[in-house]
Amino acid sequence: MSDHAHAEHHEMPFWRKYIFSVDHKVIGIQYAVSALVFLLVGFSLMMIMRWQLAYPGQPLPILGKILGDTAMPGGVMAPEFYNQLGAMHGTIMVFMGVVPLAVGGFGNFVTPLQIGAPDMAFPRLNMISYWAFLPGGLIMLASFFVQGGAAQSGWTSYPPLSDIAPAGQTIWCFGMVLLITSSLLGSINFIVTIVQLRAKGLTYWRLPFFVHAQLVTAFLLLLAFPPLEAATVLQLMDRLAGTSFFLPSGLVVSGEQLKIAGGGNPLLWQHLFWFLAHPEVYVLILPAMGIVAEVIANNTRKPLWGYRLLVYSVVFVGFMSFVVWAHHMFMTGMGTTMSTFFQTTTMIISVPSVIILTCFIMSLYGGAIRFTTPMLFATAFLPMFAIGGLTGLPLGLTASDIYLHDTFYVIAHFHYVVAPGTLFALFAGIYYWYPKATGRKLNETLGKIHFWASFVAINFVFMPMFFQGMAGLSRRLYDPTIYAHGRGVQALNVVISWGAWGLGLAQLVFIVNFFLSLKSGARVAENPWNATTLEWATPSPPGHGNFLTEPVVYREPYEYSVPGKANDFSPQFSPEGDGPARPQPRGGA
Amino acid sequence: MSHEAAQGLPEGILAHHFSSLERQNEAMRLGMWLFLATEILLFAGLFTGYAVYRFQFPLAFAECSRHLEIALGTLNTIVLITSSFTVALAIHFARTDRRRAAVICLVLTIGFALAFLGIKAVEYTAHFHERSLPGKYYAFEGVKILGAAMFFTMYFLMTGLHGVHVVAGMSVLSWLLWRTLQGRYSSRYYTGLEMGGLYWHLVDLVWIFLYPLLYLI
Repeated sequence: MSDHAHAEHHEMPFWRKYIFSVDHKVIGIQYAVSALVFLLVGFSLMMIMRWQLAYPGQPLPILGKILGDTAMPGGVMAPEFYNQLGAMHGTIMVFMGVVPLAVGGFGNFVTPLQIGAPDMAFPRLNMISYWAFLPGGLIMLASFFVQGGAAQSGWTSYPPLSDIAPAGQTIWCFGMVLLITSSLLGSINFIVTIVQLRAKGLTYWRLPFFVHAQLVTAFLLLLAFPPLEAATVLQLMDRLAGTSFFLPSGLVVSGEQLKIAGGGNPLLWQHLFWFLAHPEVYVLILPAMGIVAEVIANNTRKPLWGYRLLVYSVVFVGFMSFVVWAHHMFMTGMGTTMSTFFQTTTMIISVPSVIILTCFIMSLYGGAIRFTTPMLFATAFLPMFAIGGLTGLPLGLTASDIYLHDTFYVIAHFHYVVAPGTLFALFAGIYYWYPKATGRKLNETLGKIHFWASFVAINFVFMPMFFQGMAGLSRRLYDPTIYAHGRGVQALNVVISWGAWGLGLAQLVFIVNFFLSLKSGARVAENPWNATTLEWATPSPPGHGNFLTEPVVYREPYEYSVPGKANDFSPQFSPEGDGPARPQPRGGA
Repeated sequence: MSHEAAQGLPEGILAHHFSSLERQNEAMRLGMWLFLATEILLFAGLFTGYAVYRFQFPLAFAECSRHLEIALGTLNTIVLITSSFTVALAIHFARTDRRRAAVICLVLTIGFALAFLGIKAVEYTAHFHERSLPGKYYAFEGVKILGAAMFFTMYFLMTGLHGVHVVAGMSVLSWLLWRTLQGRYSSRYYTGLEMGGLYWHLVDLVWIFLYPLLYLI
């Protein structure tokens, strides 16, 4: 490191150090905290929505009055407001919550540490990417306050509905352009960092699985987002410049023919959207798998089973994820040849996903498992992701999809993958790396309460949806009792809603724990979990430049319980492979 | 090159997190290529739209294409290709320490970019006069087939977005010109110039695809 670089880092003003910081750790924490707030907002929207689903047409106590007469006339939810809640819940959770937390948060904070780099390759670009993300998210939220409310055409924004929706949809498009820009800049940064800034001795086959997952994720974001950006621009043109990319000729709205040029094709949007949004599904799950791999290896105290197989599978999943998108569109009448092709690719992509899951389960076998809070979340990820994944197969097959398409079954399938799947893995990551970021551990008791309460509640939320879906209940219905076949499963809606509110309560435990431990959590040294990867060679929290001495990597990432060694872990950075250079203080482990 | 000769020439500033200048240059080049990949995919989305609507309205697209000024389109193609050549020369001169020649080439490139925009403005003016405009503003008497409005929508969006890229490229080139005048680039360091050049080549390349799709077929 050169001297001039060091001199300028001392005594930076507050705004340079914490607000417009170029340090990957600060940016990672900024991303993570904003994403957690957005997740809470997105979840709250859903908790309000659940009232209408459980008790359709009944006034919502207290909150109904606060939200005002446009949204909730007389305390009863207006259909338009219900649609806004639904559309924004999806948008917020996917684009402003899970992805920024998994990629922006964990990717930024952990990746450079795990590859032994002092920072990301382009620190200023990193800062810009965060400052494109935050305004993007904020204007999305602000759209609730414009005339006609926020976007209300579903998180997929299918035209022609979205083309003729009120002004909130325009803001949705602008917000998306900012969020996409942020992701693109971030993904360029990740790829370059992982390729160029690995520590000495850290070959690709010595990279922790988390880094492999982040690398593949970055490629998915890089290649999938630009077409959606193009599609968003087309939709903006339709809304603002009088074009008709997605507006067919002779479109009639409320009994009147629209004065438009026409000739557009609404299906083009669906293709462009899902060309992004299917890889996006893997953007949601791959970093989560990376976290689970780290936590499982660390807590079973044995090497990850099938490390190379995992890497090959994750690369294959990444590749295949670009050729499955039209399985979201079996019902559009695109023809049996196309459907057959996408049905086949969908079946193929499930194979590497199952391999990954199998490797994780095999990793548990014969391990001396420490059930710490991160491990509880990581273990729960396995069956939850399995349920989510396996219930996806009937949706990937054209014949069964005709029946299940756009029912609550889809909601249940997708949420099993993303909520008790990805989000549980992300919680595992938070509990696992919180000590690295803050120098203190999260409280284990509160953590376990948080886990068990969430685990029980979340299954009450999503499991009944499978039954509702199989009974034929459509998603996005304002009043689920409007059709006779929905009334039979209406009682389940009450169960689900109370489950969701219970899940909300469980998160309060986490919020309390998060802030309480910041002040009074047990202090930790470098390596509280006795882990093997490079991030645990840095002080907790790491200072600017991360590593006190330049790290050198001597071995593969998960060498736990190596026979003949004094300790049950051989860190990548230890030349002898015999545990830490310094004794562990109490409060660790 | 001998070390004697290299002394006194400016080299890049090494950021603290890179182990060497070569590594930093490699990283910047890789980053640039990845960025170009996103740009190509952004245009790929529009090309997909073009393909869909050309398939849907083959007659209207062929007819409208005939109403574009092929001469001006061809002239613009030549202008852009020449500008790509001059920017490549600028990099060549910079890396062989001929700063004056590099400056001249950069000025020429920016001039060509301006010429391109000028010619494009002439074409746009004609479209505005004959009202061959996008979407619901289309009122061109020459072609009245269903899908003609869609052709001009695609035309304006694609050439418009390309135009935005030309303007962005010009800003980058102007900044590089300023840096070259300051003497920042030499045989020891020219990565910045090289990356600006890469971006300009992409702008050129997109036009190479737009030209036949819009004017010729």
